[in-house]
Amino acid sequence: MTARPTERSTERPTERSAGQPGEAELLAGFEATIEHNDRIEPRDWMPEGYRRTLIRQIAQHAHSEIIGMQPEGAWITRAPSLRRKAILLAKVQDEAGHGLYLYSACETLGTSRGELTENLISGKQKYSSIFNYPTLTYADVGTIGWLVDGAAICNQVPLCRTSFGPYGRAMVRICKEESFHQRQGYELLMTMMRGTDEQRAMVQESVNRFWWPALMMFGPPDDESPNSAQSMAWGIKRNGNDELRQRFVDMSVPQAKALGVTFPDPDLKWNPERGAHDFGTPDWDEFMQVIQGNGPCNAQRIAHRRRAHEEGAWVREAALAFAARQTELQQTDDLAGDPADDLADEESTR
Amino acid sequence: MSEQHGVRGEWPLYEVFVRGKRGLNHVHVGSLHAADDEMALRHARDVYTRRNEGVSIWVVRADAIAASSPDEKDPMFAPSGDKVYRHPTFYAIPADVPHM
Repeated sequence: MTARPTERSTERPTERSAGQPGEAELLAGFEATIEHNDRIEPRDWMPEGYRRTLIRQIAQHAHSEIIGMQPEGAWITRAPSLRRKAILLAKVQDEAGHGLYLYSACETLGTSRGELTENLISGKQKYSSIFNYPTLTYADVGTIGWLVDGAAICNQVPLCRTSFGPYGRAMVRICKEESFHQRQGYELLMTMMRGTDEQRAMVQESVNRFWWPALMMFGPPDDESPNSAQSMAWGIKRNGNDELRQRFVDMSVPQAKALGVTFPDPDLKWNPERGAHDFGTPDWDEFMQVIQGNGPCNAQRIAHRRRAHEEGAWVREAALAFAARQTELQQTDDLAGDPADDLADEESTR
Repeated sequence: MSEQHGVRGEWPLYEVFVRGKRGLNHVHVGSLHAADDEMALRHARDVYTRRNEGVSIWVVRADAIAASSPDEKDPMFAPSGDKVYRHPTFYAIPADVPHM
C-alpha cells in the first residue's frame, strides 16, 4: 500500500515535499474556495487557525449534545405515561446520535475521539452553558424542547451552510431531527396548559427559569465575542450572535402567546419602527460565571460524564478482546483448514 | 491468493464512491476491478468521471466492506418501524402557532 493520505486530514503543510505549491499559493486557493461560497473538505489545505477554530467549535457542539442528555435523561424514569417516556427516550437517544455525528465530523480534522472525550472531562473544552442549569420539574422537559431546542435550531439552521463540508452535512441531519424535539416540547406544554392551575403555574415557573439562559445560548453580544468576526470571515459562522438572538425572540413571542405564558422580561415589547421586539439584556455576569464552571450543575455534569466513561471502560476493553480473539481463532482455522474448506469459503464469498 | 491465478484469475473488486461537488457526500456509483488501490483510483476516474461527475473519488476493496444481509432486512430495521413519535408530524401543533 502506498503512502496515499487517507480521507482523514492530518497532513500539515510543512510535511509536504518539494515541488508542491507553497503556503501563499495554498492560502490563495483556500480563500478563493471560501470566496465562492464553496465548501472546504477534509483533505484540502487549510490555515491552522481555521482548523483549530473548527475543532474547538465542533467539539463544543458535540460535547453539548452529549452533556445535554443529562438534564432531560433525569426525567426518563419519572415520565408521567408510557407515551411520554417513549418520546423522552427517543429524544435523549437522538442527542447521543447528534453528538456522534459531530464527533465524527470533528475527527476528519485530525483529532481523535479519545482526545475529545479527555478534553471534555478535563474541562479543557466547553459545552453550552444552558446544560448547567437543573431540571427541577417535569415541565422543564417541555420548556427545554420548546425554548432550548428552539434556540438551538435558530443557531443550527444557518450552520447547514457552514464552510466546512463535514460539519455542514452533520448539521443537515441534525436539523432534520431537531424539529421533532421542539414540537414534542411545545405539545407537552400545551397539554399541561389545558390541565390544572398547578400545572399551568408549573409551566410558567419553568419558562421563567429557562428564558434568560436560552437567550444566552447565542453567546455574548457581537462586540464582546472574541472569535465571531474571524469565524464569519471564514464562513464557519453565517450570522452574528445578536442577529440570531433577535430572530429567536421574534419567533418565540407569538408562540408564548398561543401557549398562554409570558416571558420574565419587563422590557420585552414590539417596536414598530424596527419591525422587531425590543428586549432586556441577559445577565452576562451570570453567563461568564456559568462558563467558568460556577453554574448550578457544572461539577455534577462533568462528574457524571467522567463516571459513565470510566465505568464503561470494561465494555470497550471486552469488545476489543473479543474481536482480537475472533481474529486469532479465524487465523488458526485458516492454517488448519484443508483446501476443500478454502474452496467452500471462496464459493460463499462470491 | 487463488484469485490471482488461473483462467478465471482476476483483479480484486473495488467499490467506487464519487463526491459530485464540494459540500456533498461521496455517493456509491458502482464498482470495478483493479490490481491495487492506485490503479483502482485511475480506473474509477476513467470509468465514472468522464464528464465532470465528480471532484473526489474514494475506492475501497469490496471484501473490506461489511454489509447487512438482505435476509435480515426486516429484523434489522424493525426497531424503528413502530416509533412514529420520532417524526415531527406525530405532534399536533395548532396552525396559528408560527415557526414550528
